Amino acid sequence: MTGAVDNTVNTLDVTMAVVVGGLFTIGFHLMLQRSLMRIVLGFILLGHGTNMLLLVAGGTPGLPPVLEGRPVDPAEPADPLPQAMALTSIIITFGLTAFLMALAYRSWRLSGSDEVRDDVEDRRIDIALQRAGADEVSGPSGAPGGPGPDDGGGPGDEDDDEGGGAPDRRDDDGTAPGDHR
Amino acid sequence: MTTLLITLPVVLPLLCAGVTLLGLPGRVIRVLSTLVLTAVLADAAALLVLTDTRGPQSVHVGGWPAPLGITLVADRLSALLLTVSVLVTLAVLVFAIGQGTAEKRRSAAEVFHPAYLLLVTGVSLAFLTGDLFNLFVAFEILLAASYVLITLDADGDRTRAGMTYTIISLTSSLLFLTLVGLVYAATGTVTLAQLGPRLAELPDGLRGALALLLLAVLGIKAAIVPLHFWLPDSYPTAPAPITAVFAALLTKVAVYALLRTQTLLFPRSSVWTLLACVAIATMLVGILGALAQDDINRLLSFTLVSHIGFMLFGLALFDTTGLTGTVLYIVHHIVVQAALFLAAALTVRHTSTTGLDRMARRSPPRPLVAVLFAVPALSLAGIPPFSGFVAKLTLLRAGAWQGGTAAYALAATALITSLLTLYAMSRVWTRAFMRQDPHPDRSDTPPLKKPAPDTARRPERRTDRYGARLMTTATAVMVLTSVAVAVFAGPLARVGERAAHELLDPRAYRSVVITGEDR
Repeated sequence: MTGAVDNTVNTLDVTMAVVVGGLFTIGFHLMLQRSLMRIVLGFILLGHGTNMLLLVAGGTPGLPPVLEGRPVDPAEPADPLPQAMALTSIIITFGLTAFLMALAYRSWRLSGSDEVRDDVEDRRIDIALQRAGADEVSGPSGAPGGPGPDDGGGPGDEDDDEGGGAPDRRDDDGTAPGDHR
Repeated sequence: MTTLLITLPVVLPLLCAGVTLLGLPGRVIRVLSTLVLTAVLADAAALLVLTDTRGPQSVHVGGWPAPLGITLVADRLSALLLTVSVLVTLAVLVFAIGQGTAEKRRSAAEVFHPAYLLLVTGVSLAFLTGDLFNLFVAFEILLAASYVLITLDADGDRTRAGMTYTIISLTSSLLFLTLVGLVYAATGTVTLAQLGPRLAELPDGLRGALALLLLAVLGIKAAIVPLHFWLPDSYPTAPAPITAVFAALLTKVAVYALLRTQTLLFPRSSVWTLLACVAIATMLVGILGALAQDDINRLLSFTLVSHIGFMLFGLALFDTTGLTGTVLYIVHHIVVQAALFLAAALTVRHTSTTGLDRMARRSPPRPLVAVLFAVPALSLAGIPPFSGFVAKLTLLRAGAWQGGTAAYALAATALITSLLTLYAMSRVWTRAFMRQDPHPDRSDTPPLKKPAPDTARRPERRTDRYGARLMTTATAVMVLTSVAVAVFAGPLARVGERAAHELLDPRAYRSVVITGEDR
């Protein structure tokens, strides 16, 4: 707090603490989901939580923003700096939310699903596992949908987005070439 | 005059980014952004000379004094890094113009130049800012520009990678903002110069929590090991020049912020064991990841992660020699990493594949490209005549002088990592540049779909040849710069040492920022 340190905790402080904590919890929970839309929502909530936190950082609530007509003690009006910071951060989070939405829309149009796909490394390991599984049971239809995650192009690899064909046998140039095979 | 020198690197690219949005013809935009970056480079060099002779300089924007207004501060460290960064952005811009990534489609060109200039604005502001909140704003500017660049004209795979990158960066940004709020609530200021003494008055627990949050935030941005997963996943998918500039600058800006905040906000007198452990993990995990890769860009991205550990090495030691080593390493690594990615892009352009195994089956590129790759590769590994050697030697010397378990462990890990880097680079070398198969192109492998914008084989035209020459020139300039870093190692090391002194004794920095009675 900027002005005189007062250690009294009023109802508003507690409420704000709960609200900020709640927003952070839900925000992070949503950001850990697979669905892009939930991630965007999580980001929005997290942004709100952060902005609230910036406001709380301004100190005792309820002080007047502007005092006129007499010499003013700097501790008397509300602290303008956190409000300026909160305004800036609202603008930034707003802009980036718009960008994120556009990106999510593009991702949905390109991949046809709303989910975050595994990264290249995970998919390589996944393909290797499927091959190993297929070799063990020694059947061409070893694991068509078993171990892979059930996202859009799960068994597909980086070259071929719509993993058509049998996922367990693939010629060398179709896969990400790895020397761990 | 000083005001102009300090504000120009921020204001000029920003203004120019606005101008490039007006719909001027492509040629004008290209000339304009090149000129602007050249001007900023000259300005940064002048700033470096000024700060090195007269100490730190500051500007209170709009005439508001420090705790209230926005302060820009330039000292030796920020001016040095600014100069090197702008040089890299200029070279990469020339490369991008040559490659024609930017001009392939008109809409892409319209977006590329403004976004690129905004990126430069953000980088400059991050180096020059004097308060924590503006550091956040600077990061937002450069990250927002980087989101646009990484998803420019994106296909499915790049959208996925860009999504990962964007979400991770946004999370770290929000945590940064949280940190700013908490720091303000605890101390009542966000000016870096004021924060040191005020944070020292706080209870240990609170201070430790803030320091850890700061480390986590900048750790995500700098790709320090437990928080590095996003980097090798997202960087390699972008077009080559964009990957080069990201790899050269973005993580290094975060390392700079770490350096600045740790020395100003949380100064310490002994080795920082936590950071030493993190540095060791970063070096080892990064380089082992690189050894497992087959894709040349992914391999280079993993070495990038690994070599962030070297920069933390010096910071963990927290003495003059260590910080000198860190400063030198940042300078060396910015140049070398950009040169490597550009040379890799030339190689990929020739072989039309990023996979090393497939490169081995194609005919190797021209010897010039091989040389352009070899010099930064050897430099990265720290082979004596090149720039990496100087920086690594300084770090190892610092480790040996400091003594103690942590310092020796760091030094040993650094040596092992350098060896493994050499191994990784020689793997690239043998696959990409040595002809192994007497019948190249025997297998009728179809060209990869992924790196299509870089490598699509178009009929050779005069403009293509001109573009290719421009790309080679830009890469050669970066390689020559890395050689120059080695040749002028003596003066550079002295500037680095003075910068390290300044970091450890921030009285001069504080006195130029805080002029009023609030000192």
